[in-house]
Amino acid sequence: MTEFIVVTSGKGGVGKTTSSASVAVGLAKRGKKVAVIDFDVGLRNLDLIMGCERRVVYDFVNVIHQECTLKQALIKDKRYDNLHVLAASQTRDKDALTKEGVERVLNDLKEEGFDYVLCDSPAGIEKGAFLAMYFADRAIVVVNPEVSSVRDSDRILGLLSSKTKRAENGGDPVAQHLLLTRYNPTRVAAGDMMSIDDVKEILGIEVLGVIPESEGVLAASNAGVPVILDENSHAGHAYEDAVARLLGEERPMRFLDAPKKGILSRLFGS
Amino acid sequence: MGLFDFLRGGPKQTASIAKERLRIIVAQERSARGSPDYLPLLRRELLEVIRKYVNVDSDAVDIQVKRDGDHEVLDLTVTLPDKASAAATAAAREA
Repeated sequence: MTEFIVVTSGKGGVGKTTSSASVAVGLAKRGKKVAVIDFDVGLRNLDLIMGCERRVVYDFVNVIHQECTLKQALIKDKRYDNLHVLAASQTRDKDALTKEGVERVLNDLKEEGFDYVLCDSPAGIEKGAFLAMYFADRAIVVVNPEVSSVRDSDRILGLLSSKTKRAENGGDPVAQHLLLTRYNPTRVAAGDMMSIDDVKEILGIEVLGVIPESEGVLAASNAGVPVILDENSHAGHAYEDAVARLLGEERPMRFLDAPKKGILSRLFGS
Repeated sequence: MGLFDFLRGGPKQTASIAKERLRIIVAQERSARGSPDYLPLLRRELLEVIRKYVNVDSDAVDIQVKRDGDHEVLDLTVTLPDKASAAATAAAREA
């Protein structure tokens, strides 16, 4: 049984691609057969975050236009044999993706026996974002504790419950999860940033994970190694927990408290 | 917050402001979700018609589409001004 998961947000720059890459690696680490697809046609970036940018020969649009086979376009990850990347095309053609084409590729992935197919959505609510969510069984909505990101994700939640295949067919709705990223417990404690409970209360959906703001995220993207593989990063551990919860495990939330300060930094501020 | 921040009065705690603003705008956008596109225009035109007869505020007309079993109901609420200001309007018209 293949599950299609869209990673989406509405707003740009909140951590969709970082999250797609880490969740994909996390699932693959646990032995699942995983494909992760970049839907951001024209602004391909998942390949860089996954560290396979020099191995892109064919892309998603080539497969849709039947210019190559799906097998030729799937890039096998160097770390995990059961993880594959399908890169976005750098074409400027906005109509490069079609509903029928995307459906065919997703069905082919299902026939190949993939357990999970992650669809990394572009920002916005245009065609690419619409097609990334249309066939989804589940949605991971990436949100920063910041007003415009929260408002945009509520808009996305509305689209998930009206403009997807599941919504149109009237079956079970798309399962929705929040992934709170760039969380800064120190600022939350100071009252300068909304807390996990605030965001949960406003949006009214369950939280899959909270990823603390971390230097490890930039270091990981610099190196092309998804941050979940960084043993020393809190962000990596938080993604690990989120993947476990996605698979139905119960895990307590970590990294929600501000680090304890010494007497000097208390006195003089940080 | 450090000692110096405390002496300066400290930064204003803005998270609760953010939460309150979002709570209102999200509720408002959710109630508009799924309703027909023509509602804002219909609301504006109704307001113009009503204002020919009664001097109401610009937010006096509230339109919502509600679901009642299998059919949709257009729910229209018009808040009329209180007697004092209505009398003032009438007086102004006569003058």
